[in-house]
Amino acid sequence: MSVPVSISLLVNGEPIDAFVLPRLNLADFLRENLKLTGTHVGCEHGVCGACTVRVDGEIVRSCLMLAVQAQGASVETIEGLSDSGEVADLQAAFRERNALQCGYCTPGMLITAQDLLKQVSMPDRQAIREHLSGNYCRCTGYQAILDAVEATAKTRAERRA
Amino acid sequence: MKAAAFAYARATSVVNALELLAAHGDKAKVLSGGQSLMPAMNLRLLSPDIVVDIGGLAELRGFAVKGDVLVIGALTRHVDLLGSPEVALHAPLLRDAVAHVAHPAIRNRGTIGGSLAHADPASELPACVVALDATIIVRGPAGERRIAATRFFKGIYETALSPDELLVAVEVPVAGQGSTFFFQEYARRHGDYAIVGLAARAVVAGGRFTDFRLGFFAVGDRPLLATAADKLINASVTAVLLAEAATALADELDPQEDQQASPAMRRHLAAVLLRRCVAALLARPELEAGATR
Repeated sequence: MSVPVSISLLVNGEPIDAFVLPRLNLADFLRENLKLTGTHVGCEHGVCGACTVRVDGEIVRSCLMLAVQAQGASVETIEGLSDSGEVADLQAAFRERNALQCGYCTPGMLITAQDLLKQVSMPDRQAIREHLSGNYCRCTGYQAILDAVEATAKTRAERRA
Repeated sequence: MKAAAFAYARATSVVNALELLAAHGDKAKVLSGGQSLMPAMNLRLLSPDIVVDIGGLAELRGFAVKGDVLVIGALTRHVDLLGSPEVALHAPLLRDAVAHVAHPAIRNRGTIGGSLAHADPASELPACVVALDATIIVRGPAGERRIAATRFFKGIYETALSPDELLVAVEVPVAGQGSTFFFQEYARRHGDYAIVGLAARAVVAGGRFTDFRLGFFAVGDRPLLATAADKLINASVTAVLLAEAATALADELDPQEDQQASPAMRRHLAAVLLRRCVAALLARPELEAGATR
């Protein structure tokens, strides 16, 4: 009774057509079907933020979205943001500030941080903390992550000036 | 964990969604934003036979001011409530509350209708609609039904909705002259479910409450409109009167014990929120400290 459903969507700008079972979540679709393993699966109930991706320009939890719900949507993963160079400076700042540690939460952190920096050019530490509050780092690298996001905001502001 | 297998139907209209619900009864679950349904399915707390996805029904999204009510479509997302000028003007309590709902990635998909239909006793929006004296609009095979928010919530995850009905909108009375609002919650981490929370609406004139509605959440099996507020209406609020109201509130509450807090702690925190709320709304900071009789 659960039959595959046909979907068409854009992933990192590339058109994708697939048949998926309704129970397949978007995170697993990206990882298993498309081999885009940068999107990580942590808690699978929306708490940890490791699976954060962009859908139609907005960040979402890909473990709380079914692949069939992405019909007609444009999905961007960390591979897309990384390949386009959109987060290159943020990634460099994460390396410089030792904000990577084990790296498991990093893709979700980068996408979430970039989402904030697109909305607010110079967020204070409280605003960064709040925007990232839905993303868990099990290495407890939070201070370094805040440092990296804050440093990126400053460099971007200087570049604009 | 992964959700159990289910069939999927993408509703093409409200009528189509109602047909699907009528055909499948309580074996169907409605999927709007999915931010509460999907976790419950992933944890296998729910295993519907069929998921009816109403996410594409644009007719259920957005705001309209009609006379003295703000109509909010069921599919209006938390992020839309946060950014809406209509909400900021007519129902600022909702905007204040949504800032405490989860995190940006979840607010981008979670919907007001989903939150109300899910009826988690610890969530923010059910308490807000109770405090605001809102009306929940549902549609079913027999047509439209209007349910007062105070009669909508029946228990933990239980509402007055029948399995063949769809929550389509919420009507919130617009903030009138002198209306003022208070929202605060205690949570371990910003964005987590509240340990205790309070959503309140008041009308203040001449330093007195002419109307005062307290919607407490996470203190029982559903949002609670506390009657303890009644004794503060049309009264000159003193520290002693407020202490009496706080005692009456503690008696009125029947909070659950869980990993986060004992019933005694919840009663205490509710009283703290009551004092803070009254002090803030009457602009009398000295009331917050509480009274020694």
